[in-house]
Amino acid sequence: MSLDTNTLIAIAGMAVATYLTRIAGLWLLQLANVEGRARSAMDDLPPAVLMVVIAPAVLATGVAETIAAGITILAAFRLPLLAAVAIGVASVVALRALTG
Amino acid sequence: MGTRTQEFSAGAVAILPVLIATIPIALLFGTLAAAKGLSPIEVWLMSATVYAGALQFVAIDQWADPTPLGLLMFTALVVNIRHVLMGDSIGRSMAGFSRPAKYAAMFVLTDEGWAFAERRVRSGTLTPAYCFGIGVSMWLNWTLFSLLGAIIGRGFGDPSAYGFNFAFSAVFICILVGFWSNWRTGGVLLASGVVSALVYLTVPGAWYILAGAFAGVGVAAALHAESDNHKPDGVMPS
Repeated sequence: MSLDTNTLIAIAGMAVATYLTRIAGLWLLQLANVEGRARSAMDDLPPAVLMVVIAPAVLATGVAETIAAGITILAAFRLPLLAAVAIGVASVVALRALTG
Repeated sequence: MGTRTQEFSAGAVAILPVLIATIPIALLFGTLAAAKGLSPIEVWLMSATVYAGALQFVAIDQWADPTPLGLLMFTALVVNIRHVLMGDSIGRSMAGFSRPAKYAAMFVLTDEGWAFAERRVRSGTLTPAYCFGIGVSMWLNWTLFSLLGAIIGRGFGDPSAYGFNFAFSAVFICILVGFWSNWRTGGVLLASGVVSALVYLTVPGAWYILAGAFAGVGVAAALHAESDNHKPDGVMPS
């Protein structure tokens, strides 16, 4: 069990930055008045960023991951979350074995 | 609206499938962080205070010696900028919350928790107890299993052999499917996914996040139709 000062500072910095993004929304309630294209852009920012976070893993890793992502999408439209995740994980294991 | 205990339990029960799906992800995070040289207590501290799975994976990917503090904080802001909009949305349903409850709830509501809280708003009233039922159980789950991953992670062998490293993507795919409202959603996700993957493969660092996010919102603005001032659903398929 060791604690490194630089690591602690980095963790603290990330924690502060993250909490600021979490509470900033509470101060921005006037965003309700934004309409039109800007509103559409803002509404779609959360899913766009979620997509970006997984893009390297599903689109830039290998064929198995990309196909498994497609299978997970189909499963998620029809099945509960846990079942869709299990199918996604099982298909990536199977596809990795197939594609070597 | 039930008693506080009922509301807390209702939140914890609603989020249970997510908790189970998150266990391998937290174990994997602990394993990867330990492989980068973080001690178990450091891994626990990061999970407990940063408490943002997506950022933590991206940060561990960029972790180096000496610790790139500026890059990590910049990455934290970019990866988590979506929280501002999520907070703006859910904040409007927290009128009955005390100020401390509101600020504490914002700490524990992650992507999945936020999606479930928004769904609760649609079916009735969102109470602080319901938020904490979701948030406290997710926090305990995430911190406990990432610590466990850091301690015994290597005992599992290579996590990718079990597809654990795909579980994280799979959970996010399920959340994204919950955002689906019409074909424009597909255009936004396609643009942000393809652009970020291309930039990830060609430009070192965290720029792929910014590039993909801009591509996504750019397409959202371009495809905007006057009839289309929708709110994102953020509702999980269940």
